[in-house]
Amino acid sequence: MKNLRHLFIFALATSIAVAGCGGGQEKTGDEKTPASETPADNSLVADKPAGAVDPKGIGKFKTVELTHPLDEAMVKKGQEISEVKCTSCHKLTEEKLVGPGWKGVTDRRTPEWIMNFVTNVDEMLDKDPEAQAMLELCMVRMPNQNLKDEEARAVLEYMRKIDGKN
Amino acid sequence: MKISHLLLTATVALAVQSCKMKSTESAVGGDAAARTYVAPGKYDELYNFVSGGFSGQVAVYGIPSGRLLKVLPVFSVNPENGYGYSEETKAMLNTSHGFVPWDDQHHLALSQTNGEHDGRWLFANANNSPRVARIDLKAFKTMEIIELPNSGGNHSSPFLTENTEYVIAGTRFAIPVGNQESALDNESFKKNFKSTASFIGIDKNTGKMDVSFQIILPGMDLDLSRAGKGPSHGWFFFSTYNTEQASTLLEVNASQKDKDFIVAVNWKKAEEYVKAGKAKKMATEYVRNTFHEETHSATTEVIKEVLTLDPTELKDFVYLIPCPKSPHGCDVDPSGEYIVGSGKLAALIPVFAYQKFVKAIEDKAFEGEYNGIPVIKYEAALHGEVQKPGLGPLHTEFDANGNAYTSFFVSSEIVKWSLKDLKVLDRVPTYYSIGHLMVPGGDTRKPYGKYVVAYNKITKDRFLPTGPELAQSAQLYSIDGDKMQLLLDFPTIGEPHYAQAIPAEKIKDQSVKFFDINKNKHPYVAAGEKATKVERKGNEVHVYMTAIRSHLTPDNIEGIQVGDDVYFHVTNLEQDWDIPHGFAIKHAPTAELLIMPGETSTLKFSPKTPGIYPFYCTDFCSALHQEMQGYMRVSPKGSNVPLKWHTGGEDTTRAVAAK
Repeated sequence: MKNLRHLFIFALATSIAVAGCGGGQEKTGDEKTPASETPADNSLVADKPAGAVDPKGIGKFKTVELTHPLDEAMVKKGQEISEVKCTSCHKLTEEKLVGPGWKGVTDRRTPEWIMNFVTNVDEMLDKDPEAQAMLELCMVRMPNQNLKDEEARAVLEYMRKIDGKN
Repeated sequence: MKISHLLLTATVALAVQSCKMKSTESAVGGDAAARTYVAPGKYDELYNFVSGGFSGQVAVYGIPSGRLLKVLPVFSVNPENGYGYSEETKAMLNTSHGFVPWDDQHHLALSQTNGEHDGRWLFANANNSPRVARIDLKAFKTMEIIELPNSGGNHSSPFLTENTEYVIAGTRFAIPVGNQESALDNESFKKNFKSTASFIGIDKNTGKMDVSFQIILPGMDLDLSRAGKGPSHGWFFFSTYNTEQASTLLEVNASQKDKDFIVAVNWKKAEEYVKAGKAKKMATEYVRNTFHEETHSATTEVIKEVLTLDPTELKDFVYLIPCPKSPHGCDVDPSGEYIVGSGKLAALIPVFAYQKFVKAIEDKAFEGEYNGIPVIKYEAALHGEVQKPGLGPLHTEFDANGNAYTSFFVSSEIVKWSLKDLKVLDRVPTYYSIGHLMVPGGDTRKPYGKYVVAYNKITKDRFLPTGPELAQSAQLYSIDGDKMQLLLDFPTIGEPHYAQAIPAEKIKDQSVKFFDINKNKHPYVAAGEKATKVERKGNEVHVYMTAIRSHLTPDNIEGIQVGDDVYFHVTNLEQDWDIPHGFAIKHAPTAELLIMPGETSTLKFSPKTPGIYPFYCTDFCSALHQEMQGYMRVSPKGSNVPLKWHTGGEDTTRAVAAK
């Protein structure tokens, strides 16, 4: 149930917040709004307004300095980490396994978005429209694999290597 | 139940008392609901660790809600998560008499520093096959189980000293030391049977348990015990029954004398004797099972020697204090000045004063000897008696304000009384027939107080009926005010005996959320799918498998034959809180596995017939959990189907090519 739970919790939290505002008003039994008249909170699955998307995602990474040429030591470390924590679900090609293939990811996403997604998975999946769109496609929440910041950076370098960056 | 002989009396007493007892409605105060309501998503104030009795396990409840948080597998196998079935945990239940998959778990003790609960470890006794377990309170996992040599049943245990220097293990059944044969009659009992009090030394950094020494006492039953604290630190006190030394019909024969004893052991002096080389080495055999964090696996060591001390030869470290009558509780107050005996058949509660006890030894105020051990004059050690407190006092705990709370099995109540003047202050009924009670921190130098919990032996009509067998009930009372107030009933697992409680703050933030996959040193770990493989060694087949949302790798395995022992070593690659994966295979005659994130667990399976054996994840992990499944093909013995494995199309080639 763990996966679905997040959806419910989010929906619940929102509805509680909404209900909380109404709760402040003194109401008699007669005046209570019937449950059927309270609209469901569909914010999680609703289409997102265009233009409000931050290409850097949500999280602490606002600016990621890229290395030129690639830092090969970091690439090696990134490969080692991904073989333990990532490649069970991500192929290095464009092919989707559990999650999307990694080929081209550094062209599709900003480095900040990748770093934020890897280190701040749950908030990104709950709030970032791009991450949520991927969730609707894959239907499995990306596990938080608890990568440290420098480990996430190494994985990013490995992704850049796969994409032929220099 | 140790006090089963009192049941009949209790039932009669209940019938009589029920007219006098307040009804539940009138007994519960108006704000009880508010005081026990923990809103959804909020945490309880305290962790309550409750012994599971004949279930062999330990239950964890939240107080004040009474919500069951977890059942910790300790002395009994647990097919739900594979404890005692997986290759890694089987060794935890080894004894000198082989694999023992259950026990009778009575008492718990939280580790202490300076006489306060420190939230590091929880110790649990096994009353049947004498053992003590240490549970780590970071991972909530049984990390070590040590067996006790020369013990007939480890009851007065695992009580501990104020800096967790020692955990105690006293035998409930006297037996011939060395466990040789003896005729069963009262004469042979007196001659051959002995009791032992074992002092288990605890390593202050790792918690590792070692039987440091064992005191050989005259044959009698050691019931409960408590360490001295503060001024009485350095002493240990045990209650005893059957000082009559009967081997049969103890219900009558062990209830002859007006007074049994509290055995007082000066363990600092015993330590000196051991250091001076005066202890005797005795050949014996017992085991210690240790769970190793890094390999996620347990090992068993056989120990073949124990140091013993004989108080009839080495003087001045064991004394007896007469105590009426078949005492159960033997409890030391927070100041360490008073020792309270609770005689199951006594009509009063004797309170002994530590200072008077010490002076009695100095003055040699002895009334004689019992099997070579000096017996102190009752009055010389007595602080006073609580008169007519109730029927069948069992066990006493304390608050921080000088009050004591004693449970009464026969009259089914908790009685609050004052340590200072020994006056009864308040009494409340329990539902029904209370055994132990527990005040949070009530056994320490600094009781937390606020509540007392009754752990009852009889449930009857407290919950919706569930046939002849009912869950035992516990009751939570407030002790904030002058009067105790019933707040809540909650059902428990097995049979609760003693319990411990600790403020949530001392434990919750240290709780392990997952195991670091990079620190996993399991010999069969697959750290990443690249490391998955299947190896054959004769008729042993080792599957290095990984689990991650939502697939197992490999999930197709062929080339297994009838007669093979297949070891599924499953590594959970997740690194997030609360994402265990399960592993189950059709027709496994043992259990499933629950594998925590970063952990490796092994299920051994020996298929008996050719065919296809589905396997799958049992712990709902994602939207595609149902798809987390695979097949093992088992061929007849001698078949030429080659060993191969894969997950997904492309990997087949890779796997076979690698082969």
